[in-house]
Amino acid sequence: MMPAGLGSATGCRRHRESAAEYVRDLGGMTMDTVEIEGKLQTEEMLLNMGPQHPSTHGVLRLLLRMDGEIVHDVIPYIGYLHRCKEKIGENVTYQQFTPYTDRLDYLASMNMNLGYVLGVEKLLGLEVPERAQYIRVIMAELNRIASHLVAWGTFGLDMGAFTPFMYGFREREKIMDIFERTCGARLTYNYIRIGGVSRDLPEGMVKQISEFLDYFDPRIPEYHDLLSYNKIFVERTANVGILPLDTAIAYGVTGPCLRASGLKWDLRKDEPYGIYDRFDFDIPVGKGEMGTVGDAWDRYMVRIIEMQQSARIVRQALEGLPEGPITGKVPKMIKGPKDKELYIRTEAPKGEIGFYIVSDGGKTPARLKIRSPSFSNLSVLPVIAKGGMVADMVAIVASLDIVLGEIDR
Amino acid sequence: MESLAAWFENNFSAAAGMPKELIYFGAILISCVLVLAFMLLLVLFFIWEERKVSGHIQSRVGPMRVGGWHGWAQTIADTIKLFLKEDIVPRAADKRLFLLAPFLAFFGVFAAFVVLPYGERTLVTDLNVGVFYILAITSFSVIAIVVAGWASNNKWSLYGAMRSAAQIVSYEIPMTIAVLVPVLYVGSMSMVSLSEAQSGGVWNWIVFRSPFTFVAFIIFFIASLAETNRTPFDLPEAESELVAGFHTEYTGIKFAMFFLAEYAALFLVSGVATTLFLGGWNGILPTQIMPGPVVFCVKSLFLVFVIIWLRWTLPRLRVDQLMYMCWKVLLPISFVCLLGVAVQKLLF
Repeated sequence: MMPAGLGSATGCRRHRESAAEYVRDLGGMTMDTVEIEGKLQTEEMLLNMGPQHPSTHGVLRLLLRMDGEIVHDVIPYIGYLHRCKEKIGENVTYQQFTPYTDRLDYLASMNMNLGYVLGVEKLLGLEVPERAQYIRVIMAELNRIASHLVAWGTFGLDMGAFTPFMYGFREREKIMDIFERTCGARLTYNYIRIGGVSRDLPEGMVKQISEFLDYFDPRIPEYHDLLSYNKIFVERTANVGILPLDTAIAYGVTGPCLRASGLKWDLRKDEPYGIYDRFDFDIPVGKGEMGTVGDAWDRYMVRIIEMQQSARIVRQALEGLPEGPITGKVPKMIKGPKDKELYIRTEAPKGEIGFYIVSDGGKTPARLKIRSPSFSNLSVLPVIAKGGMVADMVAIVASLDIVLGEIDR
Repeated sequence: MESLAAWFENNFSAAAGMPKELIYFGAILISCVLVLAFMLLLVLFFIWEERKVSGHIQSRVGPMRVGGWHGWAQTIADTIKLFLKEDIVPRAADKRLFLLAPFLAFFGVFAAFVVLPYGERTLVTDLNVGVFYILAITSFSVIAIVVAGWASNNKWSLYGAMRSAAQIVSYEIPMTIAVLVPVLYVGSMSMVSLSEAQSGGVWNWIVFRSPFTFVAFIIFFIASLAETNRTPFDLPEAESELVAGFHTEYTGIKFAMFFLAEYAALFLVSGVATTLFLGGWNGILPTQIMPGPVVFCVKSLFLVFVIIWLRWTLPRLRVDQLMYMCWKVLLPISFVCLLGVAVQKLLF
């Protein structure tokens, strides 16, 4: 049950006379009242992990139905960050929409750009030069590392370890410097454009990126020492929020969460796009090393290994980077082909980002639907958080690694 | 304090005429003010130390500007800021209890401070049940936390308060048994006697005299982390989960009092650990170079540093894991230590 609406408009602010009224507003979900002999009545507590909360990764409201510390039900309320992206997509041209994709998963803007732009290029049959393809892969994988660093840091922060947060962001600063030198922005890049990329790599950039990789590779063992195999962290995350594979597939979970549940599925290998088929990298899969397959620790570990693999890909891409133009031939005024529609999906750090573009021959898309990985990943939260404690729920939300920008669009 | 009263009597001719009670009262007042001033200075230092240490562990520097050298005046500036803040009391909060809670927290810690033996003659008073008194008075923190959580009229505060009450009360038991080990070894509950029994070199410190006392020291240290709500046991203030736990609704001076009580409690448990296990005021260097109180403070400050270090390294335990550790791990081990020390005293 997920009432996905603007929770703040009228719902939350009204004073409710009783918990029963609250329940009625939730759609008649019943509240269990346990009758114990001797006039002692225990009720469940409704607790609001509100939109502003240090632990929800963005403006997410979680309504918890709890009995003491045990969570009986979690109801996510989304929509606090809705910005009508899909409607805007129908009103701006294809090129004008690229900056809007930045702000979907704002921690992985390059990947969002890439997904959309590949879709448009496929729709129009545009060619992208080799150099641009290589640069795109480099940027997308660096951004994957940056996004997973945030996931790692905030996971530690939610567990009470403040230091990994600082370390993760320290590494991110180096990646931000690379991006800032290349395209001018630190978070929302608008770099990968239709037909290629917007600017060429500046002088010394290849050296700067390989220096970053040399700096980054020894960090992973440091992270293992600090957090991964720390007994307290393992106790908090192993066997917590176990996501069975069939449930994951049923709810449309993709990305590291799906791989942690045991399925080796990565769009970069299974449905390669761009030039990903030229690179050699491994796909980490959850093995239940510390607990059960698909627990929070597995999801955490999959991301750490993915960072290592992304570094590997970037190294290979740097070696193979050719010279050449950075944009292909793109018509100034893009008119989509008449009555054509396509769905393109790419592997973003959080999962499978899909763009369903319907073109009717005009300057703007007729319909632009965005399939958000975090939306589907979050939908599984009520299923796996049930029966755990509040602290576990924090761990599970952190391990799912959601970003409200792409959930709400 | 008694010596202070005698000093008054001897040196002030006007004092000779006053009744003994008045002189004593004056001495008590001065001693308490001195201890309070010491406590405040310590807290000032600790908060700065915490920020610098945490900064350096996290690959940054911490305060650098306020006051010039490495931001030493940062805490003073922060305290002034806290005092100037608007005092907000939630409308539905229980006003009297809301006001009472911070002072209870402060009182619990301060009342125990007066029993710490800083030096052979630098102490306020030497109760012959000093250890017992400290354990009893520090339980005030539970009342303070529960009152704060309840009076805030905020579900999150209540949650934090309940967790904290369970945690502190549970960990008092292994802590008490760990404290009983040196008491049993020395045969006295008086803090001064415990310190005197450890004179004569480092190997005379109680922590080194028996494997059981060594383990008891570790248990005491872990239990005191739980008593003062420090990571890895900082669930009641778990910022990531409960905003700020039981002191969410507190602002200004009241928040400053909670803050002060927490950091003063750090020194308190370190001071107790130093007295019970690490030799108290007995040092290696002769007392002319390093007098007793300095030695005591150095040892306690070192333990506080370790506590701060742990906070920024470890994640936090979940509440049931915390309880498990207390009842099923620390408690049995502390029983074994107590038994071991008793047998050791009997046989050797």
